[in-house]
Amino acid sequence: MVNRSEFMIEARELAYYYPGEEKNSFPALSGINLAVSRGEYLALIGPNGSGKTTLLKLFNALLAPCEGEVLVEGISTVDENKIAEVRRYCGMIFQNPDNQLVATTVEEDIAFGLENMALPSAEIQNKVIAVAHLLGLEHLLHQPPHLLSGGEKQRVAIAGVLAMQPHCILMDEPTAMLDFTGRRDVIETVRGLNRDQGIAVIHVTHFPEEAVYADRIIILNQGRLVMQGPPEIVLSDVSLLHSLGLQGPAAVELAALLREDGFDLPPQLIHCRELVHSLCSLERKS
Amino acid sequence: MSRSITLGQYFPGQSLVHQLNPRMKLISLLFVLALLFSLRSYSGLVALFFIALFLIAKTRVPFRYFLRGLRPVLFIAIFALVIYFFFTSGGIVLLRVGFITVESEGVREGIFIILRLVTLVLFSLLLTLTTTPLSLTYGLSYFLKPLRYIGLPTDEVAMIMAIALRFIPTLMEESQRLMRAQVSRGADFESGSIFRRAKSLVPLIVPLFVSAFRRADELALAMEARGYRIGAIRTRMHEDTFFPRDWVVLAVALVMLAASLTLGL
Repeated sequence: MVNRSEFMIEARELAYYYPGEEKNSFPALSGINLAVSRGEYLALIGPNGSGKTTLLKLFNALLAPCEGEVLVEGISTVDENKIAEVRRYCGMIFQNPDNQLVATTVEEDIAFGLENMALPSAEIQNKVIAVAHLLGLEHLLHQPPHLLSGGEKQRVAIAGVLAMQPHCILMDEPTAMLDFTGRRDVIETVRGLNRDQGIAVIHVTHFPEEAVYADRIIILNQGRLVMQGPPEIVLSDVSLLHSLGLQGPAAVELAALLREDGFDLPPQLIHCRELVHSLCSLERKS
Repeated sequence: MSRSITLGQYFPGQSLVHQLNPRMKLISLLFVLALLFSLRSYSGLVALFFIALFLIAKTRVPFRYFLRGLRPVLFIAIFALVIYFFFTSGGIVLLRVGFITVESEGVREGIFIILRLVTLVLFSLLLTLTTTPLSLTYGLSYFLKPLRYIGLPTDEVAMIMAIALRFIPTLMEESQRLMRAQVSRGADFESGSIFRRAKSLVPLIVPLFVSAFRRADELALAMEARGYRIGAIRTRMHEDTFFPRDWVVLAVALVMLAASLTLGL
């Protein structure tokens, strides 16, 4: 069944209360209206406990909404018979690379989702090889996961999701436990998939630098959607970010300090390169 | 450090013995063990012993791995030897110490028993040294499948065992990290009586358990997110297939067993 709507994921008046919480006192999420387009790169930022992870789990049908509904490719996530389909469309990458690899070798781990789809062995093998080739993991196929670096583990996790041909990849702070190279590799892998394969990405992150490349940024606070817009607008609003306990990208923070000292910098500088250009042109003018 | 952690006894290789189907290896081993206990003649047993040595040579697994595997049975072997030497009568008297005599029949039977024991262990080691723990697990779970009809979730049990194998190195790394963290704060795991040492492990085991439970929780979530459902039909990337060579090995084991039983070798 092909979904004709232009949105990949739609959340309508979504609310979620964790069991045991008083219903009105502290909703994990409330009043969320959100539509994710096909092939969109969406960054989700917000302080701890703002409901980012909960939102991802709702999109993956790991949680069922308490109020409102979530539609993935037009399928409601509460439809028990179609949960497998929802999870195939929306693959999820978790924060801890160690705790999401199931199998004893990389190839078997990439195959795990396909095995759950009960595909024939030959087809699984072909898909695993194709995905490993795409992500440059061929040399690791027979390695056990505990011998991989953190970045490699996350890329194996991405390969496992990718093998199921998802329409969207949900990432819950996938780089939080990685070193610089691992972080760069993972982000480049995901951006490449978004760009070349048109796979939508919803990326929960603590690093403003990673949100810079998104098509759209959403800020959550205390379970509510506080702001959304393109990165130039959202990330350059330093006062809002700071009031939520968040930080802007380095360029934004630096530009804010420079403006305080009287430098006449244009608004909406979010890339370091842009900041350098503006400073150089100021220098030339004076 | 973590690289030196090996699972089970598996020694990687490309030999024919390595490549045999694990299920076939298990059944063949069963037949060979039955054969070992049905053999009555020295010639048959010695022949089987040499077959074991021949297969060991074929695997290209260093022989010291087999010797290491034999070490635990050394004590039993010596014990059996003593019993047979001194307490079996018959044949000519070889040695007389006071009222105890060693007679030729005892020596004959003692050596026979030990040769049988050693051959038994060698054949078992042939299985465990050339088969990965994972294939062994799946091979065993295949034979447990009939138990599903009495309500035992055999596929899930196999999955649990496979995950346990996957996490052994991870948890070992973690315990080493915890140990170093405790040692850096003055903990002492090495000195004192056994009781003291066991007690000093408590601060290690508690956090290890806590983290194992947290891992299990996250892993369950990740598995669910990738479409794993209990009771659902799954396939496997590498279905183990039978090649003619597997049937040949099985046939040879069967024929040997049948020959021994009918001819009374």
